[in-house]
Amino acid sequence: MKRLTKAAVRTAVNMLFFAVIGTAVLAATFMLTHDRIAQSEEAEKLKLINQVVPSSLYDNDMVKDTLTLPANEQLGTEQDSIAYRGRLNGQPSVVVLEVTAPDGYSGKINMIVAINQAGNVTGVRVVSHKETPGLGDYIEIAKNKWITLFDETSHTRYGEDDWKVKKDGGKFDYMAGATITPRAVVKAVHKALHYFENNRATLFAATADSQSKAKE
Amino acid sequence: MTLQELKDIFHNGLWKQNTGLVQLLGMCPLLAVSNSVVNAVSLGLATALVMTLSGAAISPIRNYVPNEIRIPVYILIIAVLVTVVQYVMNAYMYSMYVVLGIFIPLIVTNCIVLARIEAFAGKNPVLPAAMDGLAMGLGLTLVLAVLGGLRELVGHGTLLGGIDLALGESAKAWVITVIPNYHGFLLAILPPGAFIGLGLLIAGKNWLTLRAEQKAKAQKIPAAQISAA
Repeated sequence: MKRLTKAAVRTAVNMLFFAVIGTAVLAATFMLTHDRIAQSEEAEKLKLINQVVPSSLYDNDMVKDTLTLPANEQLGTEQDSIAYRGRLNGQPSVVVLEVTAPDGYSGKINMIVAINQAGNVTGVRVVSHKETPGLGDYIEIAKNKWITLFDETSHTRYGEDDWKVKKDGGKFDYMAGATITPRAVVKAVHKALHYFENNRATLFAATADSQSKAKE
Repeated sequence: MTLQELKDIFHNGLWKQNTGLVQLLGMCPLLAVSNSVVNAVSLGLATALVMTLSGAAISPIRNYVPNEIRIPVYILIIAVLVTVVQYVMNAYMYSMYVVLGIFIPLIVTNCIVLARIEAFAGKNPVLPAAMDGLAMGLGLTLVLAVLGGLRELVGHGTLLGGIDLALGESAKAWVITVIPNYHGFLLAILPPGAFIGLGLLIAGKNWLTLRAEQKAKAQKIPAAQISAA
């Protein structure tokens, strides 16, 4: 019995020893790479924002000028999302919203939608999705230019009923073989535009990130 | 460690005991990321790096780890190494990290890493252990690259597509379009393509091995007859 206890203690101490060393190595690596990782993530975000917002539209640090929006049905979000706000000479000019289309062919399609002060969509990009490769993935800019159809769209250009794919009587092109995917994307962008119109004032409120209540 | 030993280790890793074709370990990344050459080679090299490091890290402590808890300790060390590789990749090769994403942590669960440690690094000195990890990893990378090339060619009609994500914008010109205006063959890109492709590769490897054996036998028979007479 005594020998058994001794063996067990030895094993436990051994395991603890390796766990401590492993944790120390990980902590050191984390400390060394942490700043670089944060930098690359910020750069990546900015790269994405620059794809949907012409750089002539803002002169502030958009990655830092954010507003946390609570989960909202019109944005399709189930958790807090972040709005990036662009300003030109201190005047609000453009806002980038994180939007989710909940009804893609295989789950959620996450995207960002940029809308300028006048209510024009300046660009849309799909950030992540699980649509069928080769069929529904033409919503990705890397695969197809389709998503640029949303550039310069607005409620003044397209009426309420035009925000559908052509098959459903709207104005948006789609590709044969995959209609559910573009339908979900068009619907989500349209809803985001509505959200923007309903919450314009709150979105551009001067206070930087504080949990503000947006109207439904 | 003699030159002959080194040669044996690499012969085993790259051909005779190839993880992808013979040992059939590490199927998870094989199926998931072998849809293009760039993805396949990137994850293959990351796995080879982890295998080399874990071989080198575990071999020196092999005599100090009690036998009963060696598996948890090995897994702990592998997990630490994979996470370190992941952090470093995230920090210095961000676009590549985005592409490989969730598959990097999965290297921990790739049984080939633990299998080589159990079979080799746990019984051999540091240098051979590291070399074995490297050779096995490179063998896997090779199979992944061929399979990735096969699937990409049949599925997209290109080779090296997406290399700009790994090596920067300037590498975009390296993408080879083998079949222009190709409409794509979805089956090759989806998981079944990986199974079918791997099956073909294994069959090809077996055929080559069999042929080599028969050749060797044919050469031996006359000699045997002489000695019998």
